[in-house]
Amino acid sequence: MTEVAIVGIGIHPFGRTDGVSGLQQGVHAAKEALSDAEIEWKDIEFAYGGSSAAGSADTMVSELGLTGVPFMNVSNGCATGGSALLSAYTTIKSGQFDIGMAVGFDKHPRGAFNADPEAAGLQKWYGETGLMLTTQFFGMKIQRYMHDYGISSDALALVAEKAFNNGSLNPNAWRRDPVSKEDILNGMMVSDPLTKFMFCSPAEGAVALILCKADLANKYTTKPLFLKGAAFRSRPLGSFEVFSPSLEIERGPSPTVGASKATFEMAGISHEDIDLAQLQDTESGAEIMHMAENGFCKDGDQEKMLQDGETKIDGKLPVNTDGGCIANGEPVGASGLRQVYENCVQLRGAAGKRQVPNNPKTAYTHVYGAPGISACTIITN
Amino acid sequence: MSTQKPIADNLFTWPSDSPKLIGSKDSETGRYFFPAKNSNQHERVELSSKGKLWTWTVQRFLPKTPYIDQVSPEDFKPYAVGYIELPGEIMVESRIVDIDPADLEIGMEMELTIEPFIKNDEGEELMIFAFKPSKNS
Repeated sequence: MTEVAIVGIGIHPFGRTDGVSGLQQGVHAAKEALSDAEIEWKDIEFAYGGSSAAGSADTMVSELGLTGVPFMNVSNGCATGGSALLSAYTTIKSGQFDIGMAVGFDKHPRGAFNADPEAAGLQKWYGETGLMLTTQFFGMKIQRYMHDYGISSDALALVAEKAFNNGSLNPNAWRRDPVSKEDILNGMMVSDPLTKFMFCSPAEGAVALILCKADLANKYTTKPLFLKGAAFRSRPLGSFEVFSPSLEIERGPSPTVGASKATFEMAGISHEDIDLAQLQDTESGAEIMHMAENGFCKDGDQEKMLQDGETKIDGKLPVNTDGGCIANGEPVGASGLRQVYENCVQLRGAAGKRQVPNNPKTAYTHVYGAPGISACTIITN
Repeated sequence: MSTQKPIADNLFTWPSDSPKLIGSKDSETGRYFFPAKNSNQHERVELSSKGKLWTWTVQRFLPKTPYIDQVSPEDFKPYAVGYIELPGEIMVESRIVDIDPADLEIGMEMELTIEPFIKNDEGEELMIFAFKPSKNS
């Protein structure tokens, strides 16, 4: 069966880059990925790309070259990058093409995302009366989780502290100054129990990846990485999602649970084999809940794991080694691919000061977003 | 005195001495929905006005549009929001009033109230639903 390799990676630094459009940041990442694989744009046989707020990816051809390449736009909110990658993976698996690109980029205005009730299939009153805010959802989901499983505010602060520490070791991160646990806990409360330091902010950035048939990989790189599993799921009945005027009383699993299970099954790998993981950390609570939703621990075990430093770079299961969304911000279309980029850097042993020790071999990514979607990957070297 | 009207139709019964949220029940699956779904398969139902607080948070900054109560950030008063579990029916997202957020506790008994929100351009007072701690608790 055809295996799929990642042979080129490129990034435009995350954060705020005034005067450079989201699309230009995408082009920057694409060129860096081409140069990493030592190929030219004309060698690319297909591309998938997307952004949520920075224009159509396919218009990049005017900068990259008018080669006639089939360039398909994807749009899946926070899973846009994940969907581009999954589409590229499937395209190579199908045998249709041998080598292609997945690219995600974005550029959002400052402050919380604006929400449009009618675009989300909701009635106007829901937005007008002040219920349609993603920050409220995150506060309410972790509030209940802390009540059910004994997670403390201290644990929320430990996640953010780790994110800023890791970000300080990552030259492409937005937030590169450590913030102490005390400052995080005493920061302005945004939506209880989450303070401003526990949230990621909308931002800018871009990532591009070049994928090819695994048996061609040695042509492009001495360190090919293999995409062993990739899956995407939307929400099942009973999951707790953003922008829900009501919820089922009987609680069900989140879309993450299904996407994660499918990814592990596809890769034929168990949780014990994972050396590091990038888990969606829109805010501190999300990282904690996603540790369990992705099967890396039982509900409630996170408290001890965080207090013991198990998810730090030198811990048992390093999580969000590049600083995650909290330190990188969230350019929606690029976020999921940033996670894959970081895993590639780590598995190549090229992560410098934030390198996970002992030659990691297998790495996991998980992206999650509105209105209840999740995509996961497993990559090996 | 200004006239009062619900912020949206088919949201709650009004005017009424004992207002109720309007939901619907899927005749095939028995599942409850709020707001009510408009379909032949759905029967309109008045939801229970009492329930338990399932989770909560506080909106501490002035929301951007489409929020319509646009005061200056200095005049903005934080408000509590939560999900209220209406037994045997559904959990409803709602503002929570008449309590200091510091006193909110998951599991506390809550009841429905209809509250004035803002005045529209015609001078009518727009009413919204909210939950407040139950008097009996």
